[in-house]
Formats: sequence, structure tokens, C-alpha cells
Amino acid sequence: MRAMSSPRSGFGSGFRFLFEPGFFSSGPVHAALLTGTVVALVSGAVGVFTVLRGQSFAGHSLADLGTLGGSGAFLFGVGPLWGFIAAGVAVGGAMDLASTRRRASRGVATGIVLGAVQGVSALLLYLDTTSGSTTGVTVTVLFGSLFAVSGYTATATLAFALLGLASLAVCYRPLLLDSVSTDLAAARGVRVRLLGLAFMVVMGITVALSSLIVGTILSPALLIGPAATALRLTQSPLAAMGTAAALGALATGLGVLLAYDSYHWKPVGNGWPVSLFVIALLFTAYLLSGLRRPRAGTGPAPATATTEAA
Amino acid sequence: MSAPVISPMSLPAPGPAPDGPARPVLEVEQVSIRLGGRQILDRVGFTLRAGEFTGLIGSNGAGKTTLLRIVLGLRGADGGSVRVGGKPLTRRARGVGYVPQKIQIEHDAPLRARDLVALGLDGERLGPRLPSRDRRDAVARMLEAVDATRFADARVGTLSGGEQQRVLIAHALIARPRLLVMDEPLANLDLRAGQEIVELTSRVAREQGVAVLLSAHDINPLLPVMDKVVYLAEGRAVHGRTDQVVRSEVLSELYRHPISVLRVDGRILVVAGATVRAEAFDAGERDVRADTAARPAGLPEVHAG
Amino acid sequence: MFAPFMQDTWITAGIVAVIAALVGFFVVLRAAAFTAHAVPNAAFAGAAGAGLVGVSSLVGLGVFSLGGALLIGLLSRKGRHDAVTALTVALMLGLGALFLSWSTEYAPEIYSLLFGEVLGLSSQDVTTTAILGFACVAVLACVYRPLMLSSTLPEVAEARGIRQVRIDLLFLTLVALATTTAVPVVGALLMFTLMIGPPAAARALTRHPAPALTLGVLLALATVWIAIAASYQTDWPIGFFVGVISAAWYLLARAAAAVFRR
Ligand SMILES: Nc1ncnc2c1ncn2[C@@H]1O[C@H](COP(=O)(O)OP(=O)(O)OP(=O)(O)O)[C@@H](O)[C@H]1O
Ligand SMILES: [Mg+2]
Repeated sequence: MRAMSSPRSGFGSGFRFLFEPGFFSSGPVHAALLTGTVVALVSGAVGVFTVLRGQSFAGHSLADLGTLGGSGAFLFGVGPLWGFIAAGVAVGGAMDLASTRRRASRGVATGIVLGAVQGVSALLLYLDTTSGSTTGVTVTVLFGSLFAVSGYTATATLAFALLGLASLAVCYRPLLLDSVSTDLAAARGVRVRLLGLAFMVVMGITVALSSLIVGTILSPALLIGPAATALRLTQSPLAAMGTAAALGALATGLGVLLAYDSYHWKPVGNGWPVSLFVIALLFTAYLLSGLRRPRAGTGPAPATATTEAA
Repeated sequence: MSAPVISPMSLPAPGPAPDGPARPVLEVEQVSIRLGGRQILDRVGFTLRAGEFTGLIGSNGAGKTTLLRIVLGLRGADGGSVRVGGKPLTRRARGVGYVPQKIQIEHDAPLRARDLVALGLDGERLGPRLPSRDRRDAVARMLEAVDATRFADARVGTLSGGEQQRVLIAHALIARPRLLVMDEPLANLDLRAGQEIVELTSRVAREQGVAVLLSAHDINPLLPVMDKVVYLAEGRAVHGRTDQVVRSEVLSELYRHPISVLRVDGRILVVAGATVRAEAFDAGERDVRADTAARPAGLPEVHAG
Repeated sequence: MFAPFMQDTWITAGIVAVIAALVGFFVVLRAAAFTAHAVPNAAFAGAAGAGLVGVSSLVGLGVFSLGGALLIGLLSRKGRHDAVTALTVALMLGLGALFLSWSTEYAPEIYSLLFGEVLGLSSQDVTTTAILGFACVAVLACVYRPLMLSSTLPEVAEARGIRQVRIDLLFLTLVALATTTAVPVVGALLMFTLMIGPPAAARALTRHPAPALTLGVLLALATVWIAIAASYQTDWPIGFFVGVISAAWYLLARAAAAVFRR
């Protein structure tokens, strides 16, 4: 029952912390800004392939399962970072192995794993509660702890983010080929099953990190939102990944600023959740990108039209 | 519109020299496979040589896709062997270009035609790729060779079926394979676009000395360019020059049914049964020539061509 | 465990299981697992908001689940369905976070909306659940045939004048209605699990609609009732049992299907 007892206190202390004099010179704040930005950047890049591969549901589920990592880590007395990472890798792998080849039935497999793991994390939460100490595990899990990132966590986050980006760079070309046609990739000698598993693990790590830092609500939005928007705005894969990363980082920054301002909004003295601002910004960006006319696909571009006439 | 004539100069710099005409590029021997309790392929065998254009003809469900997937190493067979360039098939079927029947790419995928063609050079490799002028030029030349420069910067997902085919052909050929495998490239194209693709494939393949294995259920669009045909029916295959294979006696033996092959105004009609009333083909009445003696008619049409 | 005060629990949970399995049949058929997950989550945010404005949480649930469902339906006409769904859930949960940050006094109730509260229902809940459940079944009976046709043969349905867009919205409304019925009883997480696990297991075993529907309902009933009994005995959360049992059905069914196909 303690689960959601006081999310406000988490945010309240966060904002009180924000207001302290010497905000910009404080080390933990630097760490918070840095980790937040890094998480947004990696999420954007990984998100492009997540959306392209039609795995948004898996991305969302991995974030939901942050509860498992958080509560499990608490129960076994390891740091939340390792709980999150382990849960992300294990569950991502399980989802890939449970799924069949057909894209349509992937969602069901993802859903089954999600349901089972949520059940297990409900049990872990319950055991956490009964085992005594009840420091707001769930609150942290749901809303993240951007403002309470320790130096150690920040360093580890950076390391894992770099690992994720490096893995993405390694798999970049086969992933693109696979997004065109699995058969085409397989005929060229790409091990597509292994590639899919590797991608799920990378996604698991990315989502686990961002769930830990920005919370399980915001984390899937950072993964999917910027990527879906970028896909509507760009033509080439690198441009899409760059745009998505930039959008994510921008929305996170703006969201923190707005949350900072909202401290003076109604109801007075009670800041609005950062996640809401970031999500609203991402959602708006997605809607606006839909208004833009899609670039001419088949029609000849003006420049080539003239060369053709010549 | 007819494709512009491309001089060999405009093609990508030559890779490994093509094999001499005598050396077989693809050897399929005794390939058999059973699926869902049915013998789909029964000891199928044929050989392709460099520069040859071979049509793989068979009606729906004859096993064309299954055979091509075995040749590409995408699925195993119950028995038999496949050799490419004299070497047994490995996971990395090097030297084989593949144009799949359908690609699943969606219109919002941020992949331009030129990106897809560039992936043809080394799309299976791990690690980042450094941009280079040579690569860019090779891609541009290849796009020009398939007459795709016009939409080189459009997203692949937004292109029409015929345009996607061109890009996929460029993707397959840019790595200078010995063998180009195409599964039903004409299935979703209208007549003219289909004709263009066939001519383009044949022209570029000849220029590069590539052997082509192209599946289709209709033989006619391939007639102008086809050197050899592999005719697939009832799990078995006959292989040879078109005029050797597409004959009433040969196909009757293959189908184990009386079959008539009719030539009407340069087109070929393959029908079940042996008696054909000439008035059924009013336009080409004078050219109707059934190859076999009259037998009772009434079997359903096996294969409209 | 069979004391009078537990009687309502068995009945309500039974009603919810039946509805979840019936709607879940179409969820699995249409490969709409993400939707089935998204709508209950959106509903959860609505319940959090309802407490603030002072209306019954049922109203909040209804408005938000329907709103979320329709938003998904409308936006996915112009974009990727799963990406749109992910964004909509995030937005709804973000709103939920806002509502929660404004009101702390409803926290236990909110918690039960997420994880369910099967073991302490009043008799009023039984009546409400029964009425809503009946409405659900009635709607389903009316739209069964066009829904079935458009889920299995979209082109044929379109040719017969069944607009795909309308069917999509109808289906989403149905999920929203089922969610409104079930979430106060079993919570958002369990509702989703019940809509996926038993129907997916049934479908792995048979492709024919009637046996699949029946088997799905039976499996769902077995799931909730076993879970209630186990939860009562062990005092462990019911979500654990429902999640694990549902997954077990699915795995068993896939294994059995694989063996029989040999
Ligand atoms: N995995 C499988 N299990 C059972 N049967 C299969 C399987 N794959 C293919 N078949 C059967 O093998 C036969 C040949 O299929 P294939 O796709 O090779 O035909 P095709 O010649 O390519 O037909 P089309 O012209 O329609 O593309 C079909 O009857 C098909 O049902
Ligand atoms: Mg085929």
C-alpha cells in the first residue's frame, strides 16, 4: 500500500534541491544534467531502430519492468543500477526468445512476458514491504531520481550509455538491412535471430538506464517520441538518429525548465512533475511533425527534373 | 519510356573477373524437400553458366520460392546439394545477389534509394562505415545503370513497386555477384513496367557477365531475353533452352497430363488437354499449331501464359 | 475462504474473467496486445484525476479509457500504430503523475487501481460490475460478425462496405468498456494479463472461433479463481498468481501445439 504513498515528497525534495543557491556550480546537479542528457541522446538513437522494427511495445514494456529491477535490487540488497540493468537484459532477451518469427504475434509474446514479470514484481514489492524498511522504492521507480543521481551512478550510466551506442554502431548496417527485408539480410549472411536478440539487449540496457534516471513513465516516451517524430522529418538513417537524439535532449532540458517554473503555478508551492512536461513536449512535437507535408517520394525533385530535360 | 543506353564505362569498376563461359556458376543437384506432408521438390537439378538468363517457371505453389530459398541458403533441403561458383553453399553465400519478391519497408523508414544501394556493397558487415568518394561514385553509377537517378534521394518506402525493383536490382548488382536471384519480380508490376524490368535486368546482367535466375509464373514476358528455362511442376523440373523445354511432349511428361503448347503471335500458351479449337484464338488463328496429336479435352487450364 | 464476504469476490472476479476472455479473443486475433495494455493504463490516470474533481472514480476510468482509446484510434490513422500507442500511454501516465502529485489522500485507492483489490469488494461493486459486464457482452454480441470478418479478412470486409476505421474505433471502445468494468475490481495490470494470456493460449490450440472463445473463457475463469484461492492462502498479491498462471497456460498451449503438429 505504501507504493504510491507520496510521490510529491520525491518531487518536492527534488525541487527544493533545485532552488538551493549555487545550483549551477553544484556537482550533483552537473551529474543530473549530464546523465539526463546522455540518457535522452541514447534513447533517441536506439528509438529510431525500435520504431523501425515495430518494437515500440517491447520498449514500453521494458520500462514498465523497471519495477522488477528496482524491487528486486532492493530485496537482494544490490544497487538499483545493477537491478535495472539485469532486469532489462534478462527481460529483453526473454521477449526475443518467446517471440515467433511473425511480426503480428510478437506483440502477444511481449504481452505474456510483460504480464508474468509484472506479477513477479508485484510479489517482490510485497516482499519488500513485509521485509521491513520501506524507503520509497516504488516512487523512485515510477518517477525516476534525476535529482538524486550519485556520482557513482552517473559514471556507470555514462559507461553503459557508451556501451549501448557502441553496440548500435557495430550493428548499424545489418540492422538497416534487416529493416528493409529480413530475407535480404539473411541471404547476405546476417544472423538475423542473433541480431534481433542483440538489439533487444541493447534496448533493454537503454530503457533500464533511462528508467532509473528519469523514471518508468518518461523513459518509453523518450525512446519512442523523438524517434517517431524524427522519422517524419528526415530522409536518411543517420539524420533520423541525430534528430531524434537532439529532440529528446531538447525536450528533457525544456521540461526541466518548465518544471522549475511550475513551482509558482497552482497549486502554489508544489512543482508539476518533470515527466509530464517532457512527455507533453514530445507529444506536441509528434503532432506538429504530422502537419508537415511528407516530402515528395516518387515525384522527381526540381533539380533532377531539369537534368532529365537536358 | 525506354531506358537510356548505358555504355559499359558507366558501370562500377569491375570486380573479380567473371568466370569463363564454360565454368558453371550454380549447380543444383538432386534437391528434394517435403513440406506439410507433400513432396514439394523431388530430386530437382540444373546448372547455370555465367551470363545466362534463366527463367524459373511454374504455377502458384509449384515450389519456386522454396527452391530459390534453398539456393540462397535461407532454408535447408532434405537432400541434394547446391554449389555456387564450384563451392558448396555456406552461410555467407558470397557472390549471390538477391532481389526478394516483396520488401517490408514502410514509407517512413529513413532510408533513401542511394542508402539501400550502398548497403549492397557491405550491408552485412559490422561496425561503422567511413564515407568515401569512391563508394559514393560507385553508388551513383549503379543508380544510373538501372535508371534510378531520378529518385535516388527519395525514401525507398515511398517508391512505387517498379521503382523499388530497380533499386533492389542495383542493391544486388553493386557487389558484382556471379549470380542474381530474383523471386517473382514481375508479380506486382503492370505489363510495361514488367517488360522494362526484364530488359533492364538482362542488359545489366549481360554487361556484368552475371547469371540470372528469375522466377515467374508466366513465361511470356521473359521470352525476348531468356536463354534457358527451368520448368517446375509436380515437384520435378526440366531444364534446357526454351524451345527444347516448352514443348507439348516435354511438358506432358513433366505434368503427367496431356499438355498443349500453342504459339500465338509470338506468345506461348500452355494449356491442359490436347484438342484446341482454333476459333478460341481468333486473332492468331493462322499461327495456331498444336504440337501433339488430338486427345480428349476438358481438363482445366493448368497454366495460362 | 468461502465465507459470505468472499462470495462477492468470486462472482465479480468471474464476471471480469469472462469479459476479459471474450474481448481478449479479438485482442489476440487483431494482434492488439499493446492496445490492451495501453487502455487500462490510461484508465488508471483517469481514476487519479476523478478523485481531484470529486466525481466517482468509475467516471474517471470511463472517460480516460475511452478518451485514450479514441486518441490512439485517431492518431494511428496517420502514423505507426504502436508508436502512437506508446506516446498516448506516456501522456496519460504523465497526467496521472500530475494528478497524483496534487492529491495524496487517494493514494491507497490508486494503488489498488493499479494492482487490484479483489479481496475487499462491497455488494454494490457486484451489481455495477454485473451491469457493465452485461453491457460489454451485449455490444460484443451485436458487433461480433463484422468484427470477426474485419479481423480475419480485412479486404473482404472492406469490399462488403465495412469501414476498417469504424471497426477499429468500435474495437477500441469495446476494450475501453471492458477496462472500465474490470479495472476497479482486478486493477489495470491484471486486466491486461487476463486479456492476453488465456485467449492467446486458447488460440495456440485451436483456430476455430467457437472453441477458442469457450476455451479462453474457461482458462480465464480458472486463472482468477485459482489466483484468488492461492492469494487468500498465502497472503501474496493476487497479481503475482494471475500473471504467472496466465503465462503458464500460454507456454503449455504452445508446447502442446508444437507436439501435436509433429
Ligand atoms: N513452411 C511450410 N510448411 C508447409 N508447407 C509449405 C511451407 N512452405 C511452403 N509450403 C508449401 O510448398 C508449396 C510451394 O510453395 P512456394 O512458395 O515455393 O510456391 P511458389 O511456386 O513460390 O508459388 P507462388 O507462385 O504462389 O509464389 C506450397 O504448396 C506451399 O503451401
Ligand atoms: Mg513464390
